[in-house]
Amino acid sequence: MKKQLTFGKRMGRFALKPVMAVALALGAGQVTAVQAGDKGAWKSTYKPMASKTTFITNVNVYDGKGGEQLNVNVGLRNGKIFYVGSGKGPAVAYDVTIDGKDRWLTPGIIDVHSHLGVYPSPSTGSHSDGNEIGEPVTADVWAEHGIWPQDAGFAAAAAGGITALQILPGSANLIGGRTVTLKNVYGRMHQDMKFPGAPHGVKFACGENPKRVYGRGNNPVSKRPYTRMGNIAGFRQAFADATHYKAEWDQYEADTKAGKNVPAPARDLKMDTLKSIIEGDILVHNHCYRADDMGSMLDVAKEFGFKIGTFHHAVESYKIADRLKEAGTCSAMWADWGMFKMEAFDSIRENIPFVHKAGACAIVHSDDDLGIQRLNQEAAKSLADAHKVGVKITKAEAWTWLSLNPAKSLGIDKVTGTLETGKNADVVLWSKNPFSVYAVADMTFVDGAVTWDINDKSKQPIADFELGTVGEESSK
Amino acid sequence: MKLVKSIVAATLAVSGILAGPAGSLSAEDIAVVGGKTHTMGSDGIVENATVLIKDGKIVSVTAGGAVPEGYRVIDAKGKIVTPGLMNPATTLGLNYVPSWADNNDASFSKGKITTGLDVTWALNPDNVRIPIARVEGLTRAVTGFTSAYPFSGQGAVIHLNGDDLVSRSKAYIRLNVTGRTAGSTGGSRAALWQTVVDTLSKAQKSLPKEEMKADKKRKKKKKKKGAKAAAPKKADANTKALHGVLKGETTLVVQAHEKHDILRALKIKKMFDLKKMVIYGASEAWRVADQLVKADVSVVIRVHDNLPSSFERLGATLKNGARLSKAGVKVMFTGNGGDNFRLMPQHAGNAVANGMSWEEAMKGMTVYPAEVYGISDRYGTLSAGMDADVVVWNGDPLEVMTSPDAILIRGEQVSLTSRQTKLRDRYKELVANPAYRK
Repeated sequence: MKKQLTFGKRMGRFALKPVMAVALALGAGQVTAVQAGDKGAWKSTYKPMASKTTFITNVNVYDGKGGEQLNVNVGLRNGKIFYVGSGKGPAVAYDVTIDGKDRWLTPGIIDVHSHLGVYPSPSTGSHSDGNEIGEPVTADVWAEHGIWPQDAGFAAAAAGGITALQILPGSANLIGGRTVTLKNVYGRMHQDMKFPGAPHGVKFACGENPKRVYGRGNNPVSKRPYTRMGNIAGFRQAFADATHYKAEWDQYEADTKAGKNVPAPARDLKMDTLKSIIEGDILVHNHCYRADDMGSMLDVAKEFGFKIGTFHHAVESYKIADRLKEAGTCSAMWADWGMFKMEAFDSIRENIPFVHKAGACAIVHSDDDLGIQRLNQEAAKSLADAHKVGVKITKAEAWTWLSLNPAKSLGIDKVTGTLETGKNADVVLWSKNPFSVYAVADMTFVDGAVTWDINDKSKQPIADFELGTVGEESSK
Repeated sequence: MKLVKSIVAATLAVSGILAGPAGSLSAEDIAVVGGKTHTMGSDGIVENATVLIKDGKIVSVTAGGAVPEGYRVIDAKGKIVTPGLMNPATTLGLNYVPSWADNNDASFSKGKITTGLDVTWALNPDNVRIPIARVEGLTRAVTGFTSAYPFSGQGAVIHLNGDDLVSRSKAYIRLNVTGRTAGSTGGSRAALWQTVVDTLSKAQKSLPKEEMKADKKRKKKKKKKGAKAAAPKKADANTKALHGVLKGETTLVVQAHEKHDILRALKIKKMFDLKKMVIYGASEAWRVADQLVKADVSVVIRVHDNLPSSFERLGATLKNGARLSKAGVKVMFTGNGGDNFRLMPQHAGNAVANGMSWEEAMKGMTVYPAEVYGISDRYGTLSAGMDADVVVWNGDPLEVMTSPDAILIRGEQVSLTSRQTKLRDRYKELVANPAYRK
């Protein structure tokens, strides 16, 4: 049931307002799109873990922007990448030097679609906090309020080179609520994991799931939507209401500014989210499979003046890659999953490279607590499929599917997603070329701090839940 | 009259083909030449091999061997040649789309027959998932049901080509003892295992007379009681199906994860003197590797399953396969569900990345499933006399960037197209009205 309800989607930098971009550039640690009345609650309390000034020598690099460099040295200091080149770099004292010979260094993998924490391990009813199934539009709920920070899946993801990830609500609802972008580090509370400055996202779902959960389900609250027609009507009515709500608040703010003493309109948490979507403060992540469904959603967005940032799962993006390029909408895709339901029946193995070839934004995503651990292999499979049909894409270009493009989709590409000086030291050191099945992440760094080290038990996280169980030492 | 004659002739022609050597669909003689060939059999690895195939069977594998006249040559120079792969746990041929698409024959939730259900009555050789799996190098598979009951029917071994897919019917019976099926027997594992014991006892009591006689212990017991050689109780279809398991002909595939469930399965094996048992799922099997070796029990694992996703899998780890294999357990693999059974080689590759040997991983996709599911007389190695299931790979078959360039199943070269490749070709260059042919 979990799988069936959790397939989901998303978008990018284009919806960022200038003010937000500035906040990101400064790494201001502010959650944007906070509504009047929040009183500054829900801010990120993330603090980078202790890091050492680190020099990785003679290492091969994919820079995440499509470039490749062989046998270079990379320096990490104060949480940033401060040197990439063939020399010694600025004269600083290094705490640690790592021999990178025959190994590869890449930007950390960013998964735009995860349910870690909201559907954690163990997968119990008690911990199933991903779908607020009560009604089709639950724009008021936030994924971060469902996250169990002790999910053992975060550690496994670190061992797979994940440095940042977006947690989404499940896809039962048309509008399932707000997403949250996390640094892949353990904290005591979800606020400790929140990526500073990352904009809020929202989860939409089109297609089968809302139909099945409401119209055909045993849900006593609502029997709509029953069809795809009902899905689209549900979105349109929600945004029609939000347009009205926004007009009320705009009037109130104008009146207040003009010195009038008028009462504030009643605050509606659902409408707050929808209003922020229209205002471009919240990035839209839309679980959507079929090309025709994606077409409908692009028109919903057009009608109400917002942007679909990223379609997730997007199994049929290859059919409309030109339209997606035109719309500036990313596609987050599996390499080769499909056929598990009707709207996934037309999956092809070349979906990701065909989207890339059309000049649109292609992303590899997981939506899976196991798949997130080896997204590099997923990219590799897609790349091989591209080569087999004569589509020329290099490995270095394919790495953009794993870091830069997902960073754009999440609105964090100013600070992470590429391996270049000035960016956050969110990097992975691979035992060999990461397009090989035999490659493993030797070390993963988040803001220059080691979050996973294959040779150091103290850097192999053990979740609270695992302590005192056979899981504590199972993989060590 | 003329018409009748031609129908008879046609019928004879058809039956002639079907009755041909090993049911081979093709009489074409083929030589696969020049590849680095992993025979997985006594010939080991043969460089620059000539693999001769006649009447659907392997004739020989020789280094640099000559190609006799009349053989069609498949060039494998610079490539890797292996037996076709076998996935030991799939639902291939049983559904097109598993979820909410009204075509799912892979599971059942109602009805009286559970153990005796035979999957071959549901197989559809036209299923589009078969070519989709096949183009990735799978030539054989075990296919069967899932259900909410502990026992869920009899699965079959299939070859992924032709109208009659069955290599071996009633190859195994699945017994699910994970917490998931405890619900259908009352809730507690105690009730679940009592049901298992009762079911097997009932089947044992109804074994036909000749087998009763062969069982010395039971014979003695009867003499003691002074009973006449009582006629066995008439067995129903479900009970009958278990006779094969008790006689050592059918494999009992026990779906279990937790260490102690696996140990209970081994206890059952001992109680009923079962010859063939496999543990499927087996997340914590590494913790009882020595006992599995001692009991001669193999495992089927999903290598990727490394999270404590339930309380019976707290010890799940990516190192499961390597640890089992090092202890001497025969480890087989399967992919994730849906159409992702075809991803089995990626799982095997990840087992190698986590410490298993390449050879053992390859055996886990060829030799071991052939042995365990009872077709090693025909399939599993590239040795003289075996069915010619052969794959020519463009690199290491465990690598994620590798794919097959040629595939033979029982001597017939199969197409590398599938519904997916047709969609790919249709949309490679976008057109406004794609359903119309150019």
